[in-house]
Formats: sequence, C-alpha cells, structure tokens
Amino acid sequence: MHIELRNVSHEFNLETGSLPVLKDLSFSVPKGRFTAIVGPSGCGKSTITRLVSGLLKPKKGEVLISKEVIKSPRSTVGMAFQNPVLLEWRNILDNVILPLEIVSKNISRETKMKRARELLKLVGLAEFEKSKPSELSGGMKQRASLCRSLVHKPEVLILDEPFGALDAFTREDLWQTMLTLKKQESFTCILITHDLREAIFLADEVLVLSGRPASLQFQLDVKLGDDRKLDDLYTNETTKSLAILRKQIEISQKKIML
Amino acid sequence: MNYNKITIPLISLLIFCLFWEWIVWFNGWPNYKMASPSDLWPAFWKFRWLFLSYGWDTLWRTVVGLSLSIVVGLGFGVIMGFSKTMRIALYPLLVGFNAIPKATVVPVIALMFVGFHDMNTILIVILISFFPIAVSISIGLSTLEPEYKDILLSLGATKFEIFYKIALPKTLPEFFGALKVAATLAFIGTNLMEIIEPHGKGLGHLFDSGKISADYPLMFAVLIALALLGIFLYYIVIMFESIFAGWAERN
Repeated sequence: MHIELRNVSHEFNLETGSLPVLKDLSFSVPKGRFTAIVGPSGCGKSTITRLVSGLLKPKKGEVLISKEVIKSPRSTVGMAFQNPVLLEWRNILDNVILPLEIVSKNISRETKMKRARELLKLVGLAEFEKSKPSELSGGMKQRASLCRSLVHKPEVLILDEPFGALDAFTREDLWQTMLTLKKQESFTCILITHDLREAIFLADEVLVLSGRPASLQFQLDVKLGDDRKLDDLYTNETTKSLAILRKQIEISQKKIML
Repeated sequence: MNYNKITIPLISLLIFCLFWEWIVWFNGWPNYKMASPSDLWPAFWKFRWLFLSYGWDTLWRTVVGLSLSIVVGLGFGVIMGFSKTMRIALYPLLVGFNAIPKATVVPVIALMFVGFHDMNTILIVILISFFPIAVSISIGLSTLEPEYKDILLSLGATKFEIFYKIALPKTLPEFFGALKVAATLAFIGTNLMEIIEPHGKGLGHLFDSGKISADYPLMFAVLIALALLGIFLYYIVIMFESIFAGWAERN
C-alpha cells in the first residue's frame, strides 16, 4: 500500500504551551518499499508512527494510505516497538496469534496457529513456541514481536526502533531476519531508527528529518539491491552514503541547538 | 520439596507451642493472664460442636463478604484505573473512608440494621477489605504501558477487548497481592461485628461468651481457631493465585 503524508503539521498541547513537533512534512512510500526515517532525538519520529497507524490525527495536512485519508486505526497495519511488549501470561505462539484474535475472529484456531508457526519458523523460533516470554533473551523477544506485527498480513508495517535496545551482534542478526521477512512477506514498511548503518542495510530509501519541528530535510536512495549481505556495509560506496547521512544529521542537530 | 513445605512449618509450629508452654510455666502465670497450649485442648473439646458450627458461620460470612468486596473493589478500581478525573475525584474520599477505624463503624451499622446479623457482618467485611483491592486494580490499570494498548488499538480493537485481553490479566498479580491483605482484614471485620452484636453467632460471639463467663482458655482457643481459619483462607487465595497468575512467578 502506498503511504503518503501531505503537508502534515502537528503539535502537542502541554501545560507550558503548544509544542510543534512536525511542520509541513511531506513524503511518500511507494507500495512494497522499505523506508527508513532518521533524525535527531525528540524530533517527532514516533509521532509519525502514530499518525500512519491512525492512532493520532494530524492538526494540519493529511495522511493517506492508497489514496485514502486515514481517520481511524485500521486492521491492515502492523506495529513493533523498541519494547517488545509481549504478554507474559501467554506463550510465544499465543503472543504471535494475538492480532488475529482481533482482526480475524472467524478463522479457526488451527489456521491461526499454522500462520503463526510459519512466521516463527522464518525467524528461527520454531522450537520456542511453548516458551514464556520471560524465558527468552532480548533478541528472541524482539523476533517474536516482529512475528506478531506480521501475523495478520498487514499491508503497512511500522517499526519504531525495534532493534534499539539490543547489543550490536544481536542487532545484526535481527537485520538479517528482517531481510528474510521482507523477502517472504509483502508489506510497505516505515522504520524509525537512530542507527544509520541499520537504515542503509534495511531500507530502499532513507529520509533525514530536520530538528523539531520536523520536516523533510534530505532523502537518500540506497543502491544495495535485493540481495544484501553484512559485508555490503563495509564497501566504499556505503561508507560514502554513511558520511553523507552523518553530515545531514549534524545539520539537523544544529537546528535544535539554535 | 513438597515434603519440606509441610514438615518445616509443622516443626516450627511445634517449637512455637513448646516455647509458649514453657514461658507460661516458667513465669507461673495463671490461665486468666495467659493460657498455655495444654489448657486449650480441653476448651476445644468441651465446646467442640459450638466451634464447628460457629466456625462455619464465621467462615462463610467472611468468604461471602470477601467475594463481594472483590466485586466492589474491582468496580472502583476499574473506574479509577481508566478515568483520571474519577481517580482524582474518588481517591480522597476512599482514603478518608479507609482512615476511619472500622471498630467505630461497627456499632453504627449494628444500629442501622438491627437484627440482620448476617447482612451486618458481611457489610462490615466489605467496608474493611475492598480498599486494598480497589487501589491495586486502579494502579495496575493506570500504569499499563501505552505500547500495550497501541498494539491492539492500532488494529481497531474495542476498549473492552483491550481490557480483558491485556489490562485485566496484566493486573492479576497486583490483585492477588491485595487479595491476600484483604483476606486477613476480612476476619477482623467479621469478628468485630460478631463480638459487638448481641445474640449473634460465630467465633466472635463465642469469644464474647468466654469473656462474660471468665473462661479464659476458651477465649484463647477462639483466637487459635481464628488463626487456623485465617491460614486456611490465605492458602485458598494462594491456590487461586497460582492458577490464574502463576505466570508472574519466576524460577
């Protein structure tokens, strides 16, 4: 599904006055593409996820999914956060099934379980379906959380720093898992991240936001193709792209300082 | 493991009784000052049928009162957990109400509904034990991380679905913590009413009879019977906790 933001402005009403977070932000993510959004801390990146998922309405402008203005949450969206928020009283399989219990109440439990198992196998958690979340490591919990965000075959996947709290090696593992999922499942994805290497490794294009109130400052097309390896992160071309992004982040941070 | 769970408490109970017997004997206390464990058995045996029937009265009143206080506590907890305005509005009222010593409320209730022993007793149990339940539920619900709601809200789930799929089960460990407190408080409620109301029934009434007839071993025997009932109810709550909220326990 094609995602589009048109001149979106948003502000939060605080006791001390209004805090503008987004100003005249426009961008679009074509169907099936993977877009990473980077920007300085507190520039309003998470607000974008809430706007696209329909949990929040913009003060000005429009958010569209396949040419339709979003007014309320829709079942064709999947979300994963930095905190995996698994339900501790359910095992991994039942955690993954949760969205199906909301959006596909009529299909049988067997069908739900089959779909969940399919995803758990893809991310390497097949043997852990009966485990409780408290028995899994941080990386495994995040894998389960990714499965949950995809189990109902959402057209739009929203990832809000899902790998942010993991150690470097686990994170690289999960990047590869994410690429596997991207090949097997069809979704249009928005990834919010602080990690420039992660953005380049996973995304088809990287958007740099300016400091708060955020607007689109820079757009980088990633030319890594569909078959990516971790080694691709250490080529000259990638290094150049990283340097460009780094420079852009510096510019957007200065805007905050001023 | 299970073997230890039974033998160790039994041994500690035995040591406690021996110490109790010894300290009464050592100080040469008469039984109106402090009855010893060896005085209690004759008292139990002499009034064995009263202990059984009054013990049952006390138990069922407490259990019914506690069950109703769960309903009341859950009601207040849900209202205060989901609405910030209601939380701000109700907290001072509830805290103020809870601060009133319930012993002073007992005669008021007893006068309000003269003659309704069962209802009065159950009423005072509710008043005394709904507070911890209401507070724990409201805190559990109001501190639910927003991401938990977002994963379901973003799919268009209803408020009710969020409540029974996420909010309620997530609050269960806190709820059972409060229920353990409420279960022991409930016995205070039952006995206050049973002691104060004339012509009542229950262990509290038996205690009062012991006082009137200066039967001190009987009074001590009632205390022990109450302790046993308290332990019984406490472990029933623990059993339910391990069934419904066992997942919160980590090995």
